[in-house]
Amino acid sequence: MRFSGWRIVREGLTGNRGWRPHWRTPDPKPEYDIVIIGGGGHGLATAFYLAKEHGLLNVAVLEKGYLGGGNVGRNTTIVRANYNLPGNSEFYSHSLKLWEGMEQELNFNTMMSQRGVLNLFHSDGQRDYAARRGNSMRLQGDDAELLDREQVRAMVPYLDFDTARFPIYGGLFHARGGTARHDAVAWGYARGADARGVDLIQNCEVTGIDIAGGRVQGVQTTRGAIRARKVGIVVAGRSSQVAALAGMRLPIESHVLQAFVTEGLKPCIDHVVTFGMGHFYISQSDKGGLVFGGDLDFYASYAARGNLPMAEHVMEAAMTLMPMIGKARVLRSWGGIMDMSPDGSPIIDRTGIEGLYLNCGWCYGGFKAVPGSGFSFAHLIATDRPHAPAARFRLDRFATGRGLMDEEGTGAQHNLH
Amino acid sequence: MRLSCPLCGERDRREFTYQGAAAMVDRPAPGATTEQWSDWLHLRDNPAGRTRDLWYHEAGCGAWLVVERDTVTHEIFGTALVGGDHAD
Ligand SMILES: Cc1cc2nc3c(=O)[nH]c(=O)nc-3n(C[C@H](O)[C@H](O)[C@H](O)COP(=O)(O)OP(=O)(O)OC[C@H]3O[C@@H](n4cnc5c(N)ncnc54)[C@H](O)[C@@H]3O)c2cc1C
Ligand SMILES: [Zn+2]
Repeated sequence: MRFSGWRIVREGLTGNRGWRPHWRTPDPKPEYDIVIIGGGGHGLATAFYLAKEHGLLNVAVLEKGYLGGGNVGRNTTIVRANYNLPGNSEFYSHSLKLWEGMEQELNFNTMMSQRGVLNLFHSDGQRDYAARRGNSMRLQGDDAELLDREQVRAMVPYLDFDTARFPIYGGLFHARGGTARHDAVAWGYARGADARGVDLIQNCEVTGIDIAGGRVQGVQTTRGAIRARKVGIVVAGRSSQVAALAGMRLPIESHVLQAFVTEGLKPCIDHVVTFGMGHFYISQSDKGGLVFGGDLDFYASYAARGNLPMAEHVMEAAMTLMPMIGKARVLRSWGGIMDMSPDGSPIIDRTGIEGLYLNCGWCYGGFKAVPGSGFSFAHLIATDRPHAPAARFRLDRFATGRGLMDEEGTGAQHNLH
Repeated sequence: MRLSCPLCGERDRREFTYQGAAAMVDRPAPGATTEQWSDWLHLRDNPAGRTRDLWYHEAGCGAWLVVERDTVTHEIFGTALVGGDHAD
């Protein structure tokens, strides 16, 4: 079933009776070539690219809940390629290019909106860093523009420019960044994978990983045993539990990140804006809600909800930056479980067990990574060789100390990235 | 969430700074292998459920605490000073 303008007109004239479910609900087969554990954005994109790029069709995605019920449906949808360090820089650059072609590739409206990401700075030191980061972005081939205070004022006049404590000095503008509809991204990849023959199996929790002679043999699930030649773990906040089924201990600590949305308002915030003092970022959804968030709650947690001190901190930062937000009423808040790594950068790699592959450590930034991560993970699983843009996301970098990517420069403490 | 400091009593969570798993207290011996040091610094049990972790009573007495709590429900079972002196 393809979407097109013509199709919408035809369905509209015939009572919308021709639409069909976007994917099948198959029962698990006893054996697959490849099993992907986790039906979030990364798992679904991996399955899609295994089928599309490598012609591997005997693939299943096993999801313990429903497709897109994890972080992919809980994030604040910011997409960008504005990283500073080698490794991250080329990877997110590649991912953003895939975003730019995603709607055509999937024939699905993911509402990708390149409205621009504006990172504000509030001191000379922050300006220097923004300039350096902008140069890194441009050297990578992405776009970045250093704006002074008056240029920022012309773009976002509603900010408070003159607070005594955190005056706005300027901003780094990344015009190709923006937002997308998070659920649609999961659904689009699910639909594309299913159409190519991938089995998407929901309500199927992996409870064991079978290993014999150092090789993966398959998985145990709440819907029975499934044999597989290769198994990929892509379960975000649950990475430690699933890896433990294979006897692995990971460099991951799970933390809760909260987000907030207001009642729907008329368009007033045209870009993604981030505050440089006290973590706060905001955009306006196409429905009109102001979507915003801040830092982690800072302590290890598997509760998909946070505590009030961080809610208060985020609201304070919001009021400091844009006092007009005080008139909006918060509609909802929620949390998601983040797989925090010791350097704040992800892992896409083989494991010590043959046929078992690992994709985790996305921290709070894995939504923008969905297409790139799926593409690179599929490449690794299919060919057993790392995909160039993700080649530095090695699991052994923590043990060797080579190639750590600590964008924030905070050291090996999971909650500080 | 509120934490009970053995020295100061029950206090708001904002007075405390989180450090990480309590296992961090057991540093490898000086002659340990690089692998042991790396495991200690980077790897975590990261349980979904009961856990023990380190908190610093930063805006209070300055003591380091081991807090036993549940990472799923946020229930607190008990707190103790690092290195002894148990309290509830
Ligand atoms: C509040 C919030 C805001 C965020 N904002 C942004 C942002 O603006 N930009 C950005 O780039 N990123 C953002 N992120 C991060 C991003 O959402 C995540 O990094 C990314 O979604 C994680 O990958 P995923 O989609 O595959 O994870 P998930 O959607 O969590 O997928 C993992 C899946 O694995 C399943 N699973 C777990 N255990 C098992 C098992 N044993 N068997 C079978 N299935 C299992 C889970 O049910 C889940 O569906 C945000 C996250 C949160 C919570
Ligand atoms: Zn105290």
